Amino acid sequence: MDVIETSNLVKRFGDLEAVRGVSFAVHEGEIFGFLGPNGAGKTTVINILCTLLHPTAGEARVNGYDVVRECSKVRQSIGLIFQESTLDDYLTAEQNLRFHGYAYAVPKGVLEPRLKELLEMVELWDRRKAKIRTYSGGMKRRLEIARGLLHRPRVLFLDEPTLGLDPQTRHRIWDYIHDLRKRENLTIFMTTHYMDEAENCDRVAIIDYGQIVVMDTLETLKDSVGGDVISVKTEDNEAAMRVLVGEYKLCPSIRDGVISFAVPRGEEFLPGFVSGFPVPILSVGLARPTMEDVFLKVTGRTIREQEADPMHEMKQMVRGRGRGR
Amino acid sequence: MANFFRSVRVIAHREFLRFIQDRPRMISSFSMPLVFLVIFGAGFGRLIGEIVPDVDYIQFMYPGILAMPILMTSVMSGVSIVWDREFGFLKEVLVSPLNRSGVLAGKAVGAGIIALIQGTIMLAVAPFLNVPIGLRTVLALIPLLLILSFALSALGLLIGARMRSQQGFQLLMQLVIFPMLFLSGIFFPVAQVARWLEVLSKLNPVTYGIDAIRQAFLGAEVAGVTIFGHTMGIIDSALVVAMAGAVFLTGAIRVFNLRE
Repeated sequence: MDVIETSNLVKRFGDLEAVRGVSFAVHEGEIFGFLGPNGAGKTTVINILCTLLHPTAGEARVNGYDVVRECSKVRQSIGLIFQESTLDDYLTAEQNLRFHGYAYAVPKGVLEPRLKELLEMVELWDRRKAKIRTYSGGMKRRLEIARGLLHRPRVLFLDEPTLGLDPQTRHRIWDYIHDLRKRENLTIFMTTHYMDEAENCDRVAIIDYGQIVVMDTLETLKDSVGGDVISVKTEDNEAAMRVLVGEYKLCPSIRDGVISFAVPRGEEFLPGFVSGFPVPILSVGLARPTMEDVFLKVTGRTIREQEADPMHEMKQMVRGRGRGR
Repeated sequence: MANFFRSVRVIAHREFLRFIQDRPRMISSFSMPLVFLVIFGAGFGRLIGEIVPDVDYIQFMYPGILAMPILMTSVMSGVSIVWDREFGFLKEVLVSPLNRSGVLAGKAVGAGIIALIQGTIMLAVAPFLNVPIGLRTVLALIPLLLILSFALSALGLLIGARMRSQQGFQLLMQLVIFPMLFLSGIFFPVAQVARWLEVLSKLNPVTYGIDAIRQAFLGAEVAGVTIFGHTMGIIDSALVVAMAGAVFLTGAIRVFNLRE
């Protein structure tokens, strides 16, 4: 069964077309990720799915309910963890969770034991009577995860769930999420611009300039890069490039003095390559393709390059404008 | 409808929790009115003498002073929706199944509960000022304070519903709260001032709230607002405040329900 379905979702803000015809389906029990640079339209899609924004065109259903016409049923059946904290800083952890329980009409007898169970899960039971303003960023995020689960939602939306957290906390939060999925058959929809975080997903859609560029399982996406990635440094990179293209019939790319190309079954290819290559080799590396390689392949640039590009926002505006007319 | 009432209850409960846990805000809401009472009372008391027979300046001012913390707190509790938006908590409310109109009404109800607590505390100074308090006064005060706080928090909500940041906040204090405070007849009888000031005072809904509260303490002789020859009684004035509140709240709900 598909828990989330969208068809041709479009969202315009004035002249800017933030989401330009997005269609996808998320199956029950899977972790589905939206991967893309900042400003690609990920958060806008989440906001439409969780009924905070009306789509300009297109349709979306969550748990079988239409996000525009049946918004209160959608709200009751989803849990959300946003990029920024949405806790009440002046209340305690316990008070924040109770507020949530009352708001989602969690029955009294169920609320207290569940509250304890969740606070213990995220290891905040000892700090339950502390005001949120004394919490660190990681503690807040953990508490939000506990709160998002309090009303037993069927889908959990995570918008950049570990943004701004240290690696240790990120790791811990992912442990909770995997654990949860196993225990509760929860469907998880997440957005991220961390490539390594996307590795946690079953399926990934890469979104760029408001459109899905490619969408598939992690394995298929990685295989689409063309096997394993080999990176070599040589004494004469230009000569090496000519040989790779001319004799090996590969399509190598060069970046920061390192040549990289993809071959199937890299570990078998490598020994023969190193002994037989005409240009002296300085170093050589072999890696399974990462989501970074997938992103590079489908968009033609790395995600970091794009974020560093000051023209990015401008381009998006111009594109949006071109479409809008 | 059940959802509406649940929304009101949940939000009012949170407002109440926040108020009792925020000591500095609670103390500051009382200190300013008491300073006004002492300084103005001592400064102008002798000069002014009796406003109406048997009512001196401090006694005249006291009912308004009682309402002052409620005025400030109620407007603020409405405007606090701007804080909720800025610190993200509003998002938690908006994605929950809570009814939007109920959320706003809940803020107003929360302000009403807080107003009753503040009113009770302010009543404690009455015996020191020779202000008579009887059971009838207290019984009349309960609905009057509730109506006044409801109307003012609705006004705060109307202002805050579309405000995106706290930057407009100082402006709001200076252009809305202080004028409403000083034009409300707390410090001087509305009928005995310049004509233009009198007109402004009569356009201010707080004036009616203060006048009704004053009559609850000092009797109908102190009634100070006359509209087209009709002297407003307690019930007349309370109705004016309630109507203004209903208009503000309806406006706030309409503005708030507009989504992108």
